[in-house]
Amino acid sequence: MHILDGFLDDSVAVAAAVPAIAAVGYGVHRAGRALDDRGVALVGVTGAFVFAAQMLNFPVAGGTSGHLLGGALAAVLVGPWLACLVMAVVISGQALAFADGGVAAIGANVLNMGVVGALATGALMLAARRVLPRTRATVLAVAGAGAWLSVMGGAALAAAELGVSGTVPFTTALPAMLGVHALIGVGEAAITVAAVAAVLATRPDLVGGAGSGAPVAAARGVPATEPAS
Amino acid sequence: MRRLPTIVFTALALALAVGLATAVSPFASSHPDGLERVAIDQGFIGAGAGHPAQDASPIAGSAFPGVRDPRVATGAAGFVGTLGIFALGSGIAWTLRRGRRARAGV
Repeated sequence: MHILDGFLDDSVAVAAAVPAIAAVGYGVHRAGRALDDRGVALVGVTGAFVFAAQMLNFPVAGGTSGHLLGGALAAVLVGPWLACLVMAVVISGQALAFADGGVAAIGANVLNMGVVGALATGALMLAARRVLPRTRATVLAVAGAGAWLSVMGGAALAAAELGVSGTVPFTTALPAMLGVHALIGVGEAAITVAAVAAVLATRPDLVGGAGSGAPVAAARGVPATEPAS
Repeated sequence: MRRLPTIVFTALALALAVGLATAVSPFASSHPDGLERVAIDQGFIGAGAGHPAQDASPIAGSAFPGVRDPRVATGAAGFVGTLGIFALGSGIAWTLRRGRRARAGV
């Protein structure tokens, strides 16, 4: 879903960069306060996994492919604000070292592919903590729903940015983007749920936001069936 | 089940990511992705242009330069890129944490 330079009007690229920078900046602020040794490694590994998974395009209908965005997965693993930072690292690296996605469009791409999904998933995690039982099924359901919503939200936002830029009418772009991404979002949800399930099976304490400072198992939606190591 | 120590978990997860990017990405679908599909169908794919800064891009198009086989070039780009993002992400996180500890006088 990488927007290329030339797709966006300069003013739209700047306008999209403002909330992206704000979210990443808050992520930086949180990182300074909340990271422990474990969090440092987890931020790097989450970025590496998202970068790798973004290379693995899977086919969807009609000669089209999709790939993981990763904002929802990162939010479940390192928390929504650090996830914004992780996604900014991945997307900036892609644009600057791999010519994948625009440079002027980095802000828009971080917003569409990272911030929207990370914060939407974070909001879902908060809501689920209040109203749903703290079980493995809840964590996986939130991860899957957040993943699908992150793709649809990013697609809708990209359509709006393209529309305001005058690249393609919004009324044309929105249904086209949502239509194809409704399918891609299913792939995003499947990969995200599989990845979260794998982490739950090996290190359940890492799911739900590293360095939150809370007692891990109870606060992170995982049944405390194992002794803390 | 016994929990994996953090260093083992990190090493395994990183190995999985590097393995996927190196060995699986060359066989990923090469069809246009969702946004590219819409750009083609709606006739604005031609508006996309590389940024001047990307002329100096070391690994443009996710293909490692100087490698003739496109699959090997993609795999090499995935290998370097995944390790690079791990180093960059961990490095930034480590620096931020260190700054906090310095301020706290730890």
